[in-house]
Amino acid sequence: MSTPVITAPRSPYARRKTTRGNFELYGWVFMRISGVVLVALIFTHLFVNLLAGEGINAIDFAFVAGKWASLPWRIVDLIMLWLAMMHGTNGVRTIINDYAEKDRTRGILKVLLYSAFVIVVVTGTLVIFTFDPCPAGADPALLADFCKQL
Amino acid sequence: MTATIEQTGPATSVGEVPTFEVTLRVRRFLPEGPRGDESYWDDHVLTMHGTDRVLDALHKIKWEQDGSLTFRRSCAHGICGSDAMRINGRNRLACKTLLKDLDIRKPITVEPIKGLPVIKDLVVDMEPFFASYREIMPFLVTSGNQPSAERIQSPEQRAVYDDTTKCILCAACTSSCPVFWTDGQYFGPAAIVNAHRFIFDSRDEAATQRLEILNDKEGVWRCRTTFNCTEACPRGIEITKAIAEVKRAMITRAF
Ligand code: SF4
Ligand code: FES
Repeated sequence: MSTPVITAPRSPYARRKTTRGNFELYGWVFMRISGVVLVALIFTHLFVNLLAGEGINAIDFAFVAGKWASLPWRIVDLIMLWLAMMHGTNGVRTIINDYAEKDRTRGILKVLLYSAFVIVVVTGTLVIFTFDPCPAGADPALLADFCKQL
Repeated sequence: MTATIEQTGPATSVGEVPTFEVTLRVRRFLPEGPRGDESYWDDHVLTMHGTDRVLDALHKIKWEQDGSLTFRRSCAHGICGSDAMRINGRNRLACKTLLKDLDIRKPITVEPIKGLPVIKDLVVDMEPFFASYREIMPFLVTSGNQPSAERIQSPEQRAVYDDTTKCILCAACTSSCPVFWTDGQYFGPAAIVNAHRFIFDSRDEAATQRLEILNDKEGVWRCRTTFNCTEACPRGIEITKAIAEVKRAMITRAF
């Protein structure tokens, strides 16, 4: 007669596998650095868009077109988009890890999260790179001044 | 000089320690009892002294009212780490918590620590906790020949990890950590505290190995600096600080 094998009742509580690696380390460092950079970027963004000059009343298509006509502003906005999306996505990933108890829930939430990340980053980057400040055939009243010279 | 008996007024008797009524609301779980797998609250009204601790109240229940109440305790003086429990929602040692320091106008709730499987009443299965502890290799690792005398260490070198030597492995910290509650995969503060004790010991040679073990998805990077552990520790160890020091050691190693 062989001894029946009784699975230990505590098996679900044991750590499933070791997941060593520098990924979480780099993630942690990235969060600190991108956080600091984002504070500077976002306050510059808010100041330039909402306070400087005519302030919030100046915002229209022409205002955005005028900004993106210059390469430095495009670079700034591109960096801000990427950093904000990566910082935010990693933060939400952390929250999912902390609060979702089942692997399935975790998986579904992460698929949604990463899809949202890809959609926003791809469309955002596309717009910044292919933006045309003076689209042909648009109402000239809505466009920036420098379009008239074209 | 002749020794004289000091006159400190009339001799005090136990009866003169102020007594009061207190209700202890204990979380019970008796899988083999009539209520099966359901856990429930049990109220006990007790007359206690101002010098009594929660542990004394539990003893009184067990010895005089309900012998089926189950809990762990050994030293009764805050050194063995057996009786960590959730008292009024906070992790404490029953033997270090005076009743008079709690709000005795309301019932005092006593529950098992969270995040570990309850076996019976206030007794939990500590195995997952100790499994994490064993993983970080809580022993001195050296190489080469044994020195003929003691391994020399300066007071300054000793001071670096002094705080984390005080751990009594009561699990109050790990079972107060919300990250640990989620799925029990996180190593937990106690394992990191005990790794810290060796990582920063100048005589030990396995710091790299221990850092590697804790540089895990479920290792130090899951710490969210909630400070629950630091607040729960009955030994007053600055746990969150120790975890931060381990994180820093990993970062300086990686860059
Ligand atoms: S660090 Fe403090 S709370 Fe955690 S197990 Fe050790 S003594 Fe208990
Ligand atoms: S009984 Fe030993 S620590 Fe409380």
